[in-house]
Amino acid sequence: MLPGELTSNQFLGYPPRARQLATDNLALLKKLPLVFLPLLLREVKAYDWKFPAEQNEVDVQFAFLNSLSEDDLRRLMEGFSQIQISPELSQLDWVNSPEVFSHYFAAALWATNQNDAFRTASISYVNEYRRSAPVQPLPVKRLTMVVVGQGVQETRYPVFRRLRGHGVSYSAVDPGNGLERLLAAATARAHAHPIPFAHWYVDGGSPVKTTDSGLTCMSYESLSPLRVAVLREMRTIMRMSKGPEKTERLLAGLEPGQFEASVHTEDPILSHFQLSIFAEGSGTQFYSTTFAQWTAHELLRRAQPLTALVRFAPRQVQRPMDEMMADSGENFPVDPEGSLVDADMGAYYIWLNQRRLGESNQASFLAWFEGHRQAIAISPSLPAGTESHEPTSIARLLETVT
Amino acid sequence: MIRTLTVRPISMRGRIHLAGSFMDEVRTAISSSRREFLRMAAGSCVYSRVRGFAPLGAPVLPKLRKTVVVTFGGGARDDETFRPEGQENIPLLLHELIPQATFFTQVINRGILGHYVATASLATGAYETFDNFAAVPPENPTVFEYFRRDLKRPATDTWVVAPSNGFNRIGESGNSSYGAGMGAGVILPKQLLSVLLPNGGSQQYQHLLRDNYEAPFYSPQLSGNNLDLAKLSEILRLSVADFSEHARSLASPDELSVYIAKRLMRQYSPSLLWITLHDIDVAHAGAFSLYIDGIRRSDRLCSEIWREIQSDPEYAGKTTMFIAPDFGRDGDDTSGGNGFQHHRTGDAVSRTTWMMVLGPGIKQNVVVDRPVESTDLVPTLGAMYGFSPRFAQGKPLIEVL
Repeated sequence: MLPGELTSNQFLGYPPRARQLATDNLALLKKLPLVFLPLLLREVKAYDWKFPAEQNEVDVQFAFLNSLSEDDLRRLMEGFSQIQISPELSQLDWVNSPEVFSHYFAAALWATNQNDAFRTASISYVNEYRRSAPVQPLPVKRLTMVVVGQGVQETRYPVFRRLRGHGVSYSAVDPGNGLERLLAAATARAHAHPIPFAHWYVDGGSPVKTTDSGLTCMSYESLSPLRVAVLREMRTIMRMSKGPEKTERLLAGLEPGQFEASVHTEDPILSHFQLSIFAEGSGTQFYSTTFAQWTAHELLRRAQPLTALVRFAPRQVQRPMDEMMADSGENFPVDPEGSLVDADMGAYYIWLNQRRLGESNQASFLAWFEGHRQAIAISPSLPAGTESHEPTSIARLLETVT
Repeated sequence: MIRTLTVRPISMRGRIHLAGSFMDEVRTAISSSRREFLRMAAGSCVYSRVRGFAPLGAPVLPKLRKTVVVTFGGGARDDETFRPEGQENIPLLLHELIPQATFFTQVINRGILGHYVATASLATGAYETFDNFAAVPPENPTVFEYFRRDLKRPATDTWVVAPSNGFNRIGESGNSSYGAGMGAGVILPKQLLSVLLPNGGSQQYQHLLRDNYEAPFYSPQLSGNNLDLAKLSEILRLSVADFSEHARSLASPDELSVYIAKRLMRQYSPSLLWITLHDIDVAHAGAFSLYIDGIRRSDRLCSEIWREIQSDPEYAGKTTMFIAPDFGRDGDDTSGGNGFQHHRTGDAVSRTTWMMVLGPGIKQNVVVDRPVESTDLVPTLGAMYGFSPRFAQGKPLIEVL
């Protein structure tokens, strides 16, 4: 089927808001090239389960595309129009299963050496629509806090090495009540700016108990039932010998409704997000450090929070992959030192991801080696590539960085 | 009080916005990074251009040359290897091997960045386009087939030691002019392990069966390379007792592969031996420390292989060793990926890697900056040995001929 043949009836299988969005923009959709359209429909189909910031991005795209003249739209889409796809690919049901099209399309791009052309077209498109997006000032500057090294008593590992050039390194931080202070800061911001999905607490282990914090909380421990259920599903798919790509596609198609007994939130947006961390992440199912890093990556990219507190915890030691996939429920030894290395890299990636958000030049970042005296603070008001050896506290650091 | 630190810029590379010229810029930056580092690490005998250098020790090439190719399936990035902060992970490559090698700083892989298909492309000298996870042979003839047919070499003269079932078909292609019976024997050490230690050993040796992240999803039936494993173990003189003793001291699948490769060298002395290491690819599980462990192990194993070559009279003084990752991994600055974890973006960092060549007749302590391609390896071997890789797309690397 070609885009020009689309009708509103073809979107009956979409969730309500997605269906409305597609129907409202039907005239535009019919004008888009076949290579581009299913990728946009993938976003539309998932609209109901997207975070507000993501929904806004989709809305901005439609507003931008609708504002273009026929010629401008053709020029914008030129890069996509030049990409060749096979007849088999174009005959897929890309309206109802745009994610399936997307999987096969990605493989086809690699096989036909059109990857670079697609990347160029995509980057150009994203830059164009983002330039058109109205700038809305944030109610408060972003703050991301990362806690690494839980369980490490002594180490010679040079923590925060990658971040040192960007902020102030502290070597005499009083670790007392450090985590509680960070959590209190996150809670205070959530209460001051009660915006849905704007304030997060992610824990790679057992979370600190919070009541009425206003934070969206996710932890490796509390999500364990869902994690184990996804692992079970993975094993079932593996037994069918579908191969990694088909497995990935099947996992990405899972719905929270299939895991009702294991899902502990009634919020459909959050339950879809939680499932995606385990069903679409690599290694999140058995390494808590990967869980914490990838969850932070995804929530920064998707929810674009004002506040994020991410705490890493020790992951299990490396074992044969088959064994870890089996998840026998046993408690295996943990690797605190290796987890510190994982978390240190994770902290760097979280900072990089924060930098990709709007108004990142105003954002603040604080990372602390839990139970120890080292921390690093990065903000526009702090001199980059500097160090401080004077006694200080987490509370003081929070004042400094914000 | 806040004091100023002297720190290096966090990255020399800008964010990648476009393909084309910017990609070239990034590749040049990668190359410069390696070259600068090599100049620091290896002293003044590093040259940025191959012409005009004074080669250090280039013994006369013996007629009966042998070649060992070591590839890393699951490439390592510059950040964890050749950049200053990564140097601690590759001490042996840097201080022991590179001073003896001609080092290519920009080896570009323009093909599909999946390990089996990319290794097959290395082995055929042509960018293979088959499904990375399909149990199929390469479409183009492999270096093993060219080598054996043109030079009339026996089957025992070329072997591949590969990490997992997925590589089982890499020894010979589906090309009708070559193909069946013309290629290399492929040894999958983990398969050998399971044959030799069928009972009682499974728990004890589970760590050697540990595979990369993708493996649990994909265990194709072995076909097309039905080596008689019992016979092979007999030829390799792998008694259960001996193997058990050694296996207990090995820490990973790659160590098992190198152990088997050494036995193969001692028993068969193949002229063309291809070893693919794969521990680094644990990076897909997202644990950075395990990825670093894999790099350090690969560093050690490359040195071990080179020392084995030097200590074996069948190999010493007549063996060229090539070391090359199959490709890189995604850059930290590429927003579409997750840095070291995968190689999915096709950015310049993931497509650009390096290669070192050591051995008699190879100029030592030389750096070659010009961009070359991963498909150049097979034509280079063809020029060295005198066989004709007629389906290969690459060009011989004149700097090592």
